[in-house]
Parts: sequence; structure tokens; C-alpha cells
Amino acid sequence: MTAPTDGEPRPLWRRRTPNARYDVVIVGSGGHGLATAYYLAAHHGITNVAVLERGWLAGGNMARNTCIIRSNYLVDASAGIYEHALRLWEGLEDELDYPMQVSQRGVLNLAHTTHDVRESVRRVNANQLNGIDSHWLTTDEVAKLVPILDTSAELRHPVLGATYQPRAGIARHDHVAWALAHAADRLGVHLIEDCEVTGFQRDGDRVIGVHTSQGPIGADRVGLCAAGHTSVLASTLGLRLPLQSHPLQALVSELLEPVLDTVVMSNTVHVYVSQVDKGELVLGAGIDAYNGYGQRGSFPIIGNQISAAVALFPIFARAHLLRTWGGIVDISPDASPIISLTPFQGLYLNAGWGTGGFKATPGAGAVFADTIAHDRPHPLAVPYTLDRFRTGALIDEHGAAAVAH
Amino acid sequence: MLLIACPWCGPREEVEFRYGGQAHLHHPTDPWTLDDAQWAEYLFTRDNPEGWFTERWCHIHGCRQWFVAERDTRTYEFRPNPAEEARRG
Ligand SMILES: Cc1cc2nc3c(=O)[nH]c(=O)nc-3n(C[C@H](O)[C@H](O)[C@H](O)COP(=O)(O)OP(=O)(O)OC[C@H]3O[C@@H](n4cnc5c(N)ncnc54)[C@H](O)[C@@H]3O)c2cc1C
Ligand SMILES: [Zn+2]
Repeated sequence: MTAPTDGEPRPLWRRRTPNARYDVVIVGSGGHGLATAYYLAAHHGITNVAVLERGWLAGGNMARNTCIIRSNYLVDASAGIYEHALRLWEGLEDELDYPMQVSQRGVLNLAHTTHDVRESVRRVNANQLNGIDSHWLTTDEVAKLVPILDTSAELRHPVLGATYQPRAGIARHDHVAWALAHAADRLGVHLIEDCEVTGFQRDGDRVIGVHTSQGPIGADRVGLCAAGHTSVLASTLGLRLPLQSHPLQALVSELLEPVLDTVVMSNTVHVYVSQVDKGELVLGAGIDAYNGYGQRGSFPIIGNQISAAVALFPIFARAHLLRTWGGIVDISPDASPIISLTPFQGLYLNAGWGTGGFKATPGAGAVFADTIAHDRPHPLAVPYTLDRFRTGALIDEHGAAAVAH
Repeated sequence: MLLIACPWCGPREEVEFRYGGQAHLHHPTDPWTLDDAQWAEYLFTRDNPEGWFTERWCHIHGCRQWFVAERDTRTYEFRPNPAEEARRG
């Protein structure tokens, strides 16, 4: 191999040793932590920021998700934040000047029962009232859009129709992380890998920094974007959160000819699939029921989702499984995120995105940055505070949001 | 696949079980004395440790009994639960 003539390719972000203090420390360099740091620097002029990561940059759920982005959620609060994110996605490649294969190829959520049909039509109506592009498709319309789907009436769970959001789709998760990291780095944000946060420095009820595997680091404000590990971190402060961490798995097939140019999700038989440009089929399903931090789950989950996929798409029967993996997702009782101030001054929480936070990446980052910068919830975050579990004003997307990815 | 030891039936595959989450949660003895924050804690907040976790399983496709197990949430390894051993005598 010959050496490139213009030297090594320039790294997208610089390796840093941590300063003694920052204005803002973000814990976790998944998509949400990186986006928060980027928006703090780019939109709020707060550039003295560090993102601390225990592993490698975007090696958590950001590297493990199935890339689906959409905003066709039922509840108004969800429509608000997910549609905000989708609009940001539509301009993100230009804003960051970096290709990330944002592909608005549409997402279908299949209906297989009378109940599904009613729920789906209700969700389409709610979406339209919220200005979100969302349509109800009949079985024939679904068959035209996805010819490889078995739409025959004999199926155990026949396709009775689908909701369709044309502006939804997928984006290349790694590129999104690298683009945000590159942009944040250029604005002066320190991205520090191999730096595990082990606890917090406190002055009474005020958080004034963190303890890390690279020593103490002071901070005026600390934002948690640690996904599955949020409750472990919060417990060092005695702060109990309504979150449970579960494995969530996904898988890809070998590279195949293009057969599917949209995203198909089914809640009832519980599988969803898209085909990325390279040719792999990307499939996912639901969480493993048990709590776990092992970044792996159990094989029956894979078996069930493959049998569901083969029932819907008979031509998948001969595809080979290439690889499976798992991430650790933080599930809240109402399946909605928590974006919140905390009982500790200077400590902010962005968590509970569970199985569906990738699609929110730019929106979550923008809203969380604004919340940290102004020390009050961003208007779109008001419904998402921790207090909703006390008042009972839950944002109950369980069952309402189609498959929750 | 987890191999789970049902105290009555012995080791069985995970697909025979339903998960029940954190063990030893008790309904408040006098619910009317709880304020909203305490009630929310009872309803919504559970331990979520990275490490040993005492949890409930139900052997739904076997003896249909609930039991308590201890499992490491990092390795998914089980260890005998003394209280359960005592219950069986
Ligand atoms: C298999 C799978 C499929 C999914 N599919 C979709 C999908 O199709 N669409 C969708 O919208 N969402 C999906 N999700 C959910 C989505 O990936 C997550 O909601 C989202 O990535 C969470 O935000 P994040 O990117 O910041 O998390 P992460 O990337 O997990 O970031 C958290 C980071 O914090 C770091 N960290 C944790 N503890 C510490 C500590 N003590 N000190 C320092 N750093 C720490 C971690 O190492 C990690 O890098 C999926 C998730 C999985 C696992
Ligand atoms: Zn049994």
C-alpha cells in the first residue's frame, strides 16, 4: 500500500486532555451528548464545553440503532419534539456541511387487526391536526408501495392497511455522530474519550463538577446524556429515577440486491425492516424483558423477529443473517423521554429515550442545550420534566406510537 | 438464552418464563398517608442496578409459580437466593 501523498487524513476531532473546569460538562458522547454540545456552542455561544465519554465516541446506542427517523407520534407533546427534530434533520447536512445519508424514503406502520386500523387512523388524524405529513393507506396502496410484502388475506396477521409518513426515513448514524463531533470540535468543544464519570462534586444541593477516571473536573453545569447508564450515575447522588435499563437487539442480513426502498414497521407481529444503500436488510424488534447492562440480549428475540419478517416478506427466507448486536436502552414508565432540571442545581437530565431516541438526536440536542443555557425547560421540554410522574401528567406513548423506534 | 432455575421444576429455558422486575415491593400499608411524591415513587421508581439484582420470575409455561431470583445485570449470571431456598425448605 502506498502512503497518501497529502499525509494522513485529518482526524475529525482533536484528542484533548481535560481542563480543570468547564462552563458545561456533558456526560456521554452519543448522538444526544454531541448534539447538545454542538448546539450549546453554535446557538448559545457557550463554547467552554467538554463531552466526557467512558468508551469511544458514539460507541453506545448511537452506533447500534437501526437509524429510523419519523415524527408520526400520537400525543401533542411527542408531535412537538419529534417534528422539531425531523425539521432539523431536513437541514442538518447543510448546517454541518457533512453528508449523513438522510434519506426520506418514508415509513409505513402496518395494521393487522381492527384495533390496529382504528388506532392507526386515529394517529393519522392526530398527526394531520399537528401539521405532520401522515396518511392512511389501504391494503392495495401498501401493495403498490411495497411489492415484496405479502398482502394476501390468508396471512395469520393480514395487512389491513398502514399509516405512511413520506418525510420519515433513515439516516446514517455514524456519519451523524462524526458530523456533530467535527462541528463541535471546530467550535472549541473538548471531546474526551476514555473518561468515565464516576460521581459528582457537590456543594450542598449544587453540583459543581464531576469525578472521572481522568481526575476531578469542575463545571458550572452538568448535563447527563448517558442513556442506559443514567440511573447508575444518578444513584451516586442518591437520586432515584423512574428508569429501567434493558437490552435492545438488532440484526443485519448479508448484502442483497435492492428489494425495499422504504421502511416497514409492524407492531402486532413485532418486526421492522429497512434496506440500507449498501444492501443489508436491517431488522429490529422489541426489548428483552429483563433488566440488563450486558449490551447483549437473548436469541429467542432474534428468532421471533425473523419469523415475523419471513411471514411478511417471503423472499427474505433465503437471506443469511450476518450479525446481531445489542444496546442498553433506558425505558421510562410512559415510554417518553425525561428532559428536566433536577433537585440538584446545575444538574440537568436528558434520558428515557429508550428504544426511539435516534430520531430525536438534533431535536433533543437543541432542546437540551437551550434548557441548560437558560436554566429552565425549553418550551418543548415542559411536558417532559421529572415532575410529570408526581402530577400524573404522563405522556403515554406506550401503544400509541406504533413500534417505538 | 438464559437458563433459569425454577425452584420447583429445575433449570428451564428463558422462553418458559415471564419477567416480573424488582422483587420485594410491597403495597403501602396505609396508602392514604402517602403524598403524591411518595405515591409516584411506589408506582414508578424501581432499583436499576448495574450488578446483582433481586427480581421476580414466573414460570408461566411450567408450574405457573412466581419466585425470586438473584441475577447479575452485567453478566446475566444467576446465583441462589437464600430467601427462596428457605421458602422451599
Ligand atoms: C438496537 C437498537 C435499535 C434502535 N433503533 C432506533 C431507531 O431505529 N430509531 C430511533 O429513533 N432510535 C433507535 N434506538 C434508540 C437510540 O439508539 C437511543 O435512544 C439513542 O441513541 C440514545 O441517545 P444517545 O445516542 O445519546 O445514546 P448513547 O449513544 O448510548 O450515548 C450514551 C453515552 O454515554 C456514555 N456513558 C454512559 N455512562 C457514562 C459515564 N459514567 N461516563 C462517561 N460516559 C458515559 C456511553 O458510553 C454512551 O456512549 C435504537 C437503540 C438500539 C439499542
Ligand atoms: Zn416451575
